[in-house]
Parts: sequence; C-alpha cells; structure tokens
Amino acid sequence: MEAFSVLANSQITDEGLKAANAALSSGFAYGLAAIGSAIGIGFLVGKSVEAMARQPEAAGMVRTTMFLGIAFTEALALIGFVVFILAGLG
Amino acid sequence: MIEPKPVLVDRLDGDPVEMEVSTDMVKRGLVAAPVLIGIAALIWGANGAASAAFAIALVLMNFLLSAALITYTARISLSLMMGAVLGGFVIRLGLVMIAVLLVRDQSWIYPPALGAAIIVTHIGLLAWEVRYVSASLSHPGLKPRPPVPHSHSRNHS
Repeated sequence: MEAFSVLANSQITDEGLKAANAALSSGFAYGLAAIGSAIGIGFLVGKSVEAMARQPEAAGMVRTTMFLGIAFTEALALIGFVVFILAGLG
Repeated sequence: MIEPKPVLVDRLDGDPVEMEVSTDMVKRGLVAAPVLIGIAALIWGANGAASAAFAIALVLMNFLLSAALITYTARISLSLMMGAVLGGFVIRLGLVMIAVLLVRDQSWIYPPALGAAIIVTHIGLLAWEVRYVSASLSHPGLKPRPPVPHSHSRNHS
C-alpha cells in the first residue's frame, strides 16, 4: 500500500511521460519487427531445407535464393532496430 | 549388388554459394562506401560520415557472419543449418544491438545518420546483388564457365 501511495503522490512531468512513451513504443517496434522477421525466416528456411533434401541437384540455386531471402526478411528487423535507436537514442 | 541411392539428402557438399554471394556484396559495399559516407558527410557533417562508416561496417559484417554460418553448418547437416540460421538471426541481431549500444555515447555517433546508413546499405546492397544474380541467369556457383577444349584421345570406357 505504501508503494501505491508513493506512486500516487509522485510528480509525472510531460518530459518524463514523453520519454516513457518513446521507450515503450520503441521496444514494441523492435520486438514486433523481430517477431515478423523470425516467422518469415523460419518459414523460408524450412521450405528451402525441404527443397534441398528432395532435390539436391538444385541445392545451389535454392541456397542462393534462401540467403537473399533471409537477408531481405532481416531488413524488416533492421528497420525495427533503426526505429528503436532513433526513438531510444535520439 | 548396387546400393539404392537415398531419396533425401541430409547435408550439402556443393560450392559455398552464400560465401560467394556475401563476398560479392562486400566488394560492392566497399565500392559504394565512399559515396554513402560522402553523402552522409554532406547532409550531417563529420559525425554523420563517421556514423555512416560504422553502419556500413556493421552491415557488411552481418552479411559475412550470416553466410559463414550457413556455409559451415550446411556441410554438417541440414537440420543443423536450419537451427543455425534461426539461432544466428537472434545472435546477429543481438550483436548489432550490442555494437550500437557500446558506441551510443560516443561524440561521433549521430543516430539518424547511423539508422539511415544501416537501412540504405542493407537494402541497397541486396537489391544490387539480386539484380546481378537475376541478370546472370544463374547463381554465382552455377555461372557458365569457359568451355573445356575437346580432346579426341578421351577414353570412353
């Protein structure tokens, strides 16, 4: 109960509220972007492994496409990271 | 008695195409780096140029690490490769974050330049490489090689 009374009596400034909102939203942005990328990469690599296991003679082409696909999917996570550093560090 | 060939393979021994693609991207990145750093210097000044250089190095290291992980694990097992790609994604994102957090208080870091350079370098190099791969009609490991001179004394046994 004492903690609640301290919280109720604390002064929340506009700057503090703005900083808290920025920290919260940057964390959400990075987290959601990373989750989206992780799902995409998991799906992409799973299908690629299946294709390479069934048709090893096409493995070179599949690996190239897989690598470029991973890098493109990862761009989403990097965009989330950039939002994080701009909101968190800016 | 002839042993039947397995229908499914569980490892890959072919050319390390990921390393070929990523080293190709690094070479292109090194060519484009002075231009990007120059543009960042024009827009954000010296701190922007330093931040852009750091971002380019970060992106190129990320590509190389990703390719090395796939190439190394594909020779052992496809299952291990799958795990390494997914685990490597988390590890690489963590490494990028640690690298940025380590330098965030440095006087030469300017976050907007850093962020813009990360996105532009990553997507720009990828688009450049995809254009090259699609234009060459095959991935680097399958590029047509010069024909071998035909020999009449070849043994056909």
